[in-house]
Amino acid sequence: MLQIIAFYLFAALVIASGAMTIMSRNPVHSVLWLILAFFNAAGLMVLVGAEFIAMLLVIVYVGAVAVLFLFVVMMLNIDFAELRAGFVKNAPLGLVIALVLVCELVLGLGAYRAGIIELGTPSGEVLLGETNIAQIGELLYGRYLFLFESAGIILLVAMIGAIVLTHREQRSVRGHQNIAKQNARRPEEATELKQPGIGQGVEL
Amino acid sequence: MTATFIEWGMDAGWAMIVAAIIGSLLIALPLMLAVAMIIYVDRKVWASINLRRGPNVVGPFGLLQSFADGLKVMLQETIIPAAANKGIFLIAPIVTFTVALAAWAVIPFDAGVVLADINVGLLYILAISSLSVYGVVMSGWASNSKYPFFSAMRASAQMISYEVSIGFILVCVVLYAGSFNLSAIVMAQKGHGLGIINGYWFNLLLFPIWVMFFISALAETQRVPFDLTEAESELVAGYQTEYSSMSFALFWLGEYANILLMCSLNTLLFWGGWLPPLDIPVLYYVPGIIWFLLKTFFFFFMFSWVMATVPRYRYDQLMRLGWKVFLPLSLFFIVAISGWLMFTRYGGAA
Repeated sequence: MLQIIAFYLFAALVIASGAMTIMSRNPVHSVLWLILAFFNAAGLMVLVGAEFIAMLLVIVYVGAVAVLFLFVVMMLNIDFAELRAGFVKNAPLGLVIALVLVCELVLGLGAYRAGIIELGTPSGEVLLGETNIAQIGELLYGRYLFLFESAGIILLVAMIGAIVLTHREQRSVRGHQNIAKQNARRPEEATELKQPGIGQGVEL
Repeated sequence: MTATFIEWGMDAGWAMIVAAIIGSLLIALPLMLAVAMIIYVDRKVWASINLRRGPNVVGPFGLLQSFADGLKVMLQETIIPAAANKGIFLIAPIVTFTVALAAWAVIPFDAGVVLADINVGLLYILAISSLSVYGVVMSGWASNSKYPFFSAMRASAQMISYEVSIGFILVCVVLYAGSFNLSAIVMAQKGHGLGIINGYWFNLLLFPIWVMFFISALAETQRVPFDLTEAESELVAGYQTEYSSMSFALFWLGEYANILLMCSLNTLLFWGGWLPPLDIPVLYYVPGIIWFLLKTFFFFFMFSWVMATVPRYRYDQLMRLGWKVFLPLSLFFIVAISGWLMFTRYGGAA
């Protein structure tokens, strides 16, 4: 009973906030609605017993990706009049995308009527009583080790690529702070006390 | 608690709901009281370190100062700036406060005394603490004013940076304990040091990790020396500038609840939680919750101590510390610890 209430609550909120993401006029509101959608999707994950995935969803998408989204959108000063001006130009493209989505929907419904897909039988046994994390770890680091590691390498390459593309040599006037050099400085070598006689000045 | 309600003749679903509500209240109300008291303690500690008296007028020794402040704040008018984005402006402090309370659901105060003893407790805390940035960002943006906005930018960059290193630090602890469950992590520390000291801090590999965790916790809760989001010399009061009355108080309460949470995490992850410091039978006569609270408040004292003595970092220094010092160091320790465990616990390169 409780699960059903929770399910409908989360599901309704996901759909509602998804709709609001598209409909709200302010881009920052859109991102905030999107975050609410992520959060409720995590709630749905908890309901199906995938608590690890739920936590990762919140940590990665809500905690990191969406913050960066919000960061960028907040900084941009989006001009709505300009956005609407492009509507007529982009309308055909939008129609094409809508058409593709409708086709997918129809296909999906047809496939659903045709009965369930014949899944391959899993060779490994499901370890009941093990935690989510242990099971996922078992799979990722055992059976799918190669795929997992190659995904990691692809991400690493992408990251290095992004850094190389955006990095520029900084030749600012102020120069860089060298913390080690600063810490190594002692008062004796940094300052020099002189006692000039009256009217004589100092030679440095 | 659920079982008791079922005995009283409730059906299982209702019993669970009622137990959850009562459990939440049992955590939230003492927590609010504790927050009110530690604000007082904080001010007293700073005062003592600065050779001042601190609050000493309201009540005996000024003990009721926080309550007087709370009453004052409640009677004030809530001012919403005309240019502010009203909805988000009002939601922001609520988000901060709710998130600060929500994380306490998985904190074990004693053996078995925990609201939700879930498998992914530590991940839950990480997830919730990553949400706390939204309160700051939303308030900064919704205020529609220059300094709060700068503060929001700073806060989001700072919290993302330090979350990365906190994540790696937690991985080290999880590797040692072999579980994400906070109660299991505490129990794994029993007799960890020489068979007599309860706590991971005694471990040579984990002690540096603890130091990093402590500093990252300061950064994550935006305490001095990392309180650049509310650096009064540059940003007035940061994201709280436009807030008044209860909405301001909610930020304040949430902030201190977060600080207490970080102190209790320190206790749970490195100093043996509710276990006594030494694994001696006599010490187990003291209830676990007393040990837990003693340790937590000790760490809170350390937080105020730092606040009273250390000057504020510059923003580039803060970023440098997070990305160029803590990140490589914590990565190194993950490799070192997993290597060490591989050879000692899991028998060589299996």
